[in-house]
Amino acid sequence: MKEAAVINPVEPFLRMDRMPHIWCPGCGIGTTVNCFARALIESGADLDRLAIVSGIGCTGRVAGYLKLDSFHTTHGRAIPFATGLKLANPSLQVVVYSGDGDLFAIGGNHLIHAARRNIDIKVVCVNNLIYAMTGGQSAPTTPPEAVTTTAPFGCYEPAFNLPYLAESAGASYVARWTTYHVRQLARSMNDVLHKNGFCFIEVLSPCPTLYQRRNRMGDGLDTMKYYKEHSKTRHGAATRDLELSLHGDIIVGKFVDRERPDYLEAMQHRLREQLGERFVEQEAVCA
Amino acid sequence: MQADPKGVLTGAHFLDGDQACCEGALAAGARFAAGYPITPSTEIVERFAARIPTIGGVFIQMEDELAASIAILGAVWGGAKAFTVTSGPGFSLMMEHIGYAAMTETPCVFVNVQRGGPSTGLPTLPAQADMMQARWGSHGDYEIIALAPNSPQECFDLTIQAFNLSEEYRVPVMFMMDECVGHMTEKVEIPPAERIEIRPRRHTSRLPGEFRPYEANGDGVPEMVHAGEGYRFHVTGLTHDEQGYPAMNPQAQDRLVRRLKRKVHDAAERIALYEEENTEAADVVVVSYGITSRVAQRAIEMAREKGIPVGKFRLITVWPFPEAHLRALARRTKAFVVPELNCGQIALEVERAAAGHARTIPVTHAGGSVHQPEQILEAIAEALR
Ligand SMILES: Cc1ncc(C[n+]2csc(CCOP(=O)(O)OP(=O)(O)O)c2C)c(N)n1
Ligand code: SF4
Repeated sequence: MKEAAVINPVEPFLRMDRMPHIWCPGCGIGTTVNCFARALIESGADLDRLAIVSGIGCTGRVAGYLKLDSFHTTHGRAIPFATGLKLANPSLQVVVYSGDGDLFAIGGNHLIHAARRNIDIKVVCVNNLIYAMTGGQSAPTTPPEAVTTTAPFGCYEPAFNLPYLAESAGASYVARWTTYHVRQLARSMNDVLHKNGFCFIEVLSPCPTLYQRRNRMGDGLDTMKYYKEHSKTRHGAATRDLELSLHGDIIVGKFVDRERPDYLEAMQHRLREQLGERFVEQEAVCA
Repeated sequence: MQADPKGVLTGAHFLDGDQACCEGALAAGARFAAGYPITPSTEIVERFAARIPTIGGVFIQMEDELAASIAILGAVWGGAKAFTVTSGPGFSLMMEHIGYAAMTETPCVFVNVQRGGPSTGLPTLPAQADMMQARWGSHGDYEIIALAPNSPQECFDLTIQAFNLSEEYRVPVMFMMDECVGHMTEKVEIPPAERIEIRPRRHTSRLPGEFRPYEANGDGVPEMVHAGEGYRFHVTGLTHDEQGYPAMNPQAQDRLVRRLKRKVHDAAERIALYEEENTEAADVVVVSYGITSRVAQRAIEMAREKGIPVGKFRLITVWPFPEAHLRALARRTKAFVVPELNCGQIALEVERAAAGHARTIPVTHAGGSVHQPEQILEAIAEALR
């Protein structure tokens, strides 16, 4: 390998004219982007036909840094935007990259319906357990007892278990990693680029600025140590057992990998069955 | 460009306004619709769902109006012409994406078959009370185009116009129907495809590398590309520069927001569609739009029978408001009578445009039915007093 490629193999995938990025030192989002770029290299995906869609948040900025067709949409609505994009041009590979608040609070309804329909989009959810962009408020993923700016005495709401929710709603593929698991995460990302249907990857990621420090969990490096010591890989684990807690273990792995017709397949199958010769498949717009 | 014959149901039909709107969208080349059921608009997408599988395209019923209103924007960036359809409560939910469409210059059509509001209001009965919401409902400064049809034939013809205008100016176009027009059945003539003029997308002929997605031409409208074509472009609702990259400073904001407004505002006279009759020697001009214009027509005839010369000005384009035209008219007439199915919305625009040269007399109605022609006649008489 050429030395330049070794130093920064992901550079060709980034909009270098937009650097430096806005993320804090020790933030995990950049690590996940590196993994994604590695997955793009390994997958052999046609990058001219790969679109990335983000919502709003620190993670929502990912779309803007990737040298792909990229859409920074509105808060919570990356998935329905991606749905329209994919259905209008099925030859596109569409990846949604967004935060836990974006995808599971304001956008939760869209996520479960896209999973139910098995829309052929790949969702990467960077879960930092809070709303970071707006200053560290509680999210539906914040573990009980964690302190946030809107739960100054500790959170007392139960949190969503994201893989369980995604599986129950119908996702074809569900995995969870942390930013410590860079090789495994890149492999999962590569997996979903070759998998049909609604795929969901949760990545636990440090927000030292607003979560770890406030909860006396140290900085980015301390969080890596915590991920390393507390993660247990259990492929195929039952997703209902994957709840997270403030200081507890983190079960990681690939939990769901199943086949069922995606939305367009189901639509075309039904319409062809009912309409026979009269059914007209939509023209690929960007043929 | 001529319409694609696949979407054109040439011939004479009896259609209600909702059905005619759907046919207009198909004739205009819409091949993607997303919606969420709401009376009295649902028939439009029901027909689309039945028609599109044999034409080639997609209808998807989304989980809510927020989803429907951004799914169409995704579809447009995927290369389709797309629209969504709703009424009052759903229109309220769509506001964020009207702003996103304006900011990202995504051509698309939002159909609102107006019913009585606020809130759930009168689901099955007419109103015209979303006219200001159509113009101002999303946050920030921006401009849109809005058309108001008054018959099923216009629901067909003007839906095509709505798509054409959205492509020409790269703005969301509000198609402001009302329950009466949506549910009234009349004869609709659909011409042969080759007689329907379609505005194609302003697709760039530049190559990737030479193309800057938000660099505008002389008319302030940039060219467009679609995902999957190799341009690797960026689209954001953040304030952005010509490259499409976020630019968080007042200079970029000023440049962008003023261009977004100017490209529509400066074209107002070209966008203005209206019907004008006997305004030359009239002391009173009735200004109306949508279903109310048909009641106004009756009132104008009644006035003429009494020997009162009354002019008629029917707004077809409501936004951008044909201000210059109304101002010129105000210098020749004494008063404007403005009936509408709301408590006085467009009357304010008429008054503003008249700038003191003519009186403006609103004829308000809280919605749920249409005016009695006599109410309008009375206002005409008052205008002459
Ligand atoms: C409609 C709307 N409501 C609220 C906001 C403010 N807002 C911006 S980002 C954000 C939360 C982001 O949290 P998350 O999705 O977890 O992403 P993170 O910043 O943690 O990566 C909120 C509430 C907004 N932009 N739009
Ligand atoms: S606030 Fe948190 S999530 Fe946002 S960039 Fe900083 S560390 Fe990352």
